[in-house]
Amino acid sequence: MSEHSLDARRLLCPMPVIRTQNKVNELLNGDTLVVTCTDPGVINDIPAWCRINGHEIIGTEQNDDDIIIKIKVKH
Amino acid sequence: MSKQYKAAALISGGLDSLLAAKVMLEQGIHVEGINFFTGFCVEGHTAAIRKKHQDKPKRNNALWSAEQLGIKLHIIDIVEEYKDVLINPKHGYGANMNPCLDCKIFMVKKAKQWIEENDFDFIITGEVMGQRPMSQRKEVMPVVVNESGAGDILLRPLCAKNLPKTRPEIEGWVDRDKLLAFHGRNRKPQMALAKEFGFEDYAAPAGGCCFLTDENYATKLVDLWQARSTRDYEMDDIMLLKIGRHLRPKPYFKLIIGREEGENKFMQGYSKLYSHIKTVSHAGPLCLIDGPADKADLEYAAQIVARYSQGKNQDAVTLSISRVGEEPYEVTVKPLTADEVKQEWHV
Repeated sequence: MSEHSLDARRLLCPMPVIRTQNKVNELLNGDTLVVTCTDPGVINDIPAWCRINGHEIIGTEQNDDDIIIKIKVKH
Repeated sequence: MSKQYKAAALISGGLDSLLAAKVMLEQGIHVEGINFFTGFCVEGHTAAIRKKHQDKPKRNNALWSAEQLGIKLHIIDIVEEYKDVLINPKHGYGANMNPCLDCKIFMVKKAKQWIEENDFDFIITGEVMGQRPMSQRKEVMPVVVNESGAGDILLRPLCAKNLPKTRPEIEGWVDRDKLLAFHGRNRKPQMALAKEFGFEDYAAPAGGCCFLTDENYATKLVDLWQARSTRDYEMDDIMLLKIGRHLRPKPYFKLIIGREEGENKFMQGYSKLYSHIKTVSHAGPLCLIDGPADKADLEYAAQIVARYSQGKNQDAVTLSISRVGEEPYEVTVKPLTADEVKQEWHV
């Protein structure tokens, strides 16, 4: 199990979701992925994508600049 | 034990594709959704950048549809391949820059490729005969079937009874009697079916799903092509066409001026790629410069930006100009008057 990161800043939805989907497909069960985004749409969309595909959101943080979503991969 | 057949559903996020997939699920078909991202898809998120729309839902309707249906959704980036569809549409454009028929053919062709790679049996769409003036006319329904290469594995559950039988119907994978015969622009049958299925909060019926059908957006795209003397674009171009106020004071450069805090913040992400101007002495917008503006052009642009700042009625406004790869410098200018910002500059 390892931690990975994805920079999805400046991308408008659904691109952050697509990048997340493609990255998660490369990872192993139990890995974690930290996605950094700027489009507020991801607050709904990445969790929705995770629910549909069975992955787990283990944290969401928001600061002045970025939204950071942490996902546990479940294949 | 009989085989469970598998269908890939083209999910746009609208009501029709939601219903078409549901009709198949009701027949025991295993359905997974495919949503193609062309770069021009209309979703709530562009609006979400702007603060004044923050009361509206910011969901992606394709994801929402999949969740309502309880199916997987595969979102596929076709931005690069889609360029040829938009730039060279065999069947031409609709009212604006929308190549709807070529788009539908392309998406069904991509779906066929996807089902072959993923061992699915057929494709379904939410098309309704006669509903859309370009891509869903009776005479073009077979054109999509033939030119996509999908042939008899393309099933349109909402209007299947108006069309020749497809392989899933002939082979008994689905029961044709339980398919529908919707036609025309009347949306009441879809709304009634949505009610029957318990869908209440679906995306606006017949709502456009593509920026290319939007006259203002299409105008900006054509302006971009004319200014660059080439019908091409990058992802950053088509994203920036969605936001800001666009003014072209000279043929070779334009200003993209943020209209509010949300847009300014989003555009800040492009500040390493584009020359940009920010007000210093007064509150004001961020402006990106698209095109080869020289120093004099940038100072003139600063006067325009000052017009959109809180110092617009002052004699002097100080702004910071940053050219790509260079140190920023400040200029103090007199804002243009409202009359000096020419109407024809607005793209």
